[in-house]
Amino acid sequence: MGSTPGDRIYRLVTTAFAWAVPLLLGLIALEVVVAAWPAFRTFGLDFLTSSQWDEVRGNFGAAPMIYGTVVSSVLALALATPLALGVAVFLSEFAPTWLRQPVAFLVDLLAAIPSVVYGLWGIFVLLPVLREQVMPFLADTLGLRHTPFFSGAAYGPSMLAAAVILGIMVLPYISAVSREVLMAVPRSQREAALALGATKWEMIRDAVVPYARSGIVGGIILGLGRALGETMAVTMLIGNRHEISSSLFAPGYTLASVIANEFAEATSALHTSTLMACGAVLLAVTLVVNVVARWLVWRVSREGR
Amino acid sequence: MQRTARSLGLRRATNAVMLGVMNVAALVAVLPLVFILWHLAREGASSLSADFFTRMPKPVGEAGGGMANAIAGTLVLLGIASLIGLPVGVGAGLYLAEQRTTRLAVAVRFLADVLNGLPSIVMGIFAWQFLVRPVGHFSAAAGGIALGAMMIPLVTRTTEEMIRLVPVSLREAALALGYTRWRTSLAIVLRTALPGIVTGALVAVARIAGETAPLLFTAFGNQFWSLALDQPVSALPLQIFAYAISPYDEWHRLAWAGALVLIALVLVISLLSRLVTRSRFGGSGD
Repeated sequence: MGSTPGDRIYRLVTTAFAWAVPLLLGLIALEVVVAAWPAFRTFGLDFLTSSQWDEVRGNFGAAPMIYGTVVSSVLALALATPLALGVAVFLSEFAPTWLRQPVAFLVDLLAAIPSVVYGLWGIFVLLPVLREQVMPFLADTLGLRHTPFFSGAAYGPSMLAAAVILGIMVLPYISAVSREVLMAVPRSQREAALALGATKWEMIRDAVVPYARSGIVGGIILGLGRALGETMAVTMLIGNRHEISSSLFAPGYTLASVIANEFAEATSALHTSTLMACGAVLLAVTLVVNVVARWLVWRVSREGR
Repeated sequence: MQRTARSLGLRRATNAVMLGVMNVAALVAVLPLVFILWHLAREGASSLSADFFTRMPKPVGEAGGGMANAIAGTLVLLGIASLIGLPVGVGAGLYLAEQRTTRLAVAVRFLADVLNGLPSIVMGIFAWQFLVRPVGHFSAAAGGIALGAMMIPLVTRTTEEMIRLVPVSLREAALALGYTRWRTSLAIVLRTALPGIVTGALVAVARIAGETAPLLFTAFGNQFWSLALDQPVSALPLQIFAYAISPYDEWHRLAWAGALVLIALVLVISLLSRLVTRSRFGGSGD
């Protein structure tokens, strides 16, 4: 390769820009962990298991936030996944060509709506509907009031509200990835199933979905990553209480929302460090989740080519 | 397929039912979007007026007022973010497209995707720790830098994708004519891919325009008119958040109006970017 000095400089400059990405990620992790260190050192592993949140005595535990983050995200996935897969299969297998683009565009638009707008809509539209229709329906009509999951008064701001809004918010991510990996399934795979006499549904179930499975799982995990870290809409709807309650009607808290609510007003250095520690836990979990998801999706889309 | 023998009728019925289920799923998935846009239009439109764009927020209890400072603040923040996110992102994207298989390229591609999935609130506390704490006060610059950092992975990946769409023959023709590699890269390849890169940049701007969490502890918000980079600055998403959780009806109205303006901004940018791509790459859009 003949390369002029200009080529070498050009390559050096673009390489430097490329290094910005890993450096940025490393810097973020380093700064957050350093800032969280005092809290980790003070509380040790108790930080993850304690439910105390006493600013005066300086006792902080993140258990309610970890619980709230996990439960709201998992519930959101349970709500969003069937819908998202339905949309993805519809778009890749059933939809007439003229409908494909508009529907895909509309679902993708859900991802373009800012989190704070979801929160606003949630406060003034979703919460009243949940409080006046959905919660009474679950508790009384279905008689679930006596289970620990749907007990207590229905105020509105609750784990359930957070899960519903999160479900809507992660739906486009899951459906976009699923659509992509379904599209990557080779045509011959479909034709073979049809030639063997399968109906269209049997073809999807037995020939298309198994081929794309790990990519779909990757998409769902990607959605999980989004749900875990989602901040504004959850902060506005979950009720923000430092307590673990089994009831989905009760308010809760998440790692992201406690940071959003308390960070600017934290008075003691330990309080700030504790919130940083919440951020560090969130960072660690989302990093792992994202790495796994990307790996799964990559594997499928590479095989499909 | 290890199905036990089932009647063709049953299999056909299952097929029809599942087809119906998929149709319903697609319909249900689109509903939230319709509801949200409808409520935004209904609640927001009535509060939109010239005042909204030109006036400052009024104290509690006084009717009227607008979000002029928040709109200006958002533009300032987006400007700073673009100044950081675009050059770095395009530069990294160029590297990825040209050195596809080096170990650094594989790692950067992967880490950019991972960085893209990073919770924005984590970017907020990082920016606070890195930029606000050492200086001692919140600032527009810190907010803009946090948003710019969020743009980098987005711009990097779209730039790479767009450059890959440039035909190899074009690059080879330039090299055959005696262009050096760097001039081929910048004057031929980058220029050809430019509309696509502009699209990617627009999408990235639209994404960060609505970000709130990274601004909570960096730009912080400001009740007054301020465009100074070293001072706290207001932003539409911050203002919408503050007004939405306030107890005042007047502020709720402003929150809806602000949300309508924000969503209009985001949607116009997204639509614009789609049109640019479509006319550029022959209308397939796929």
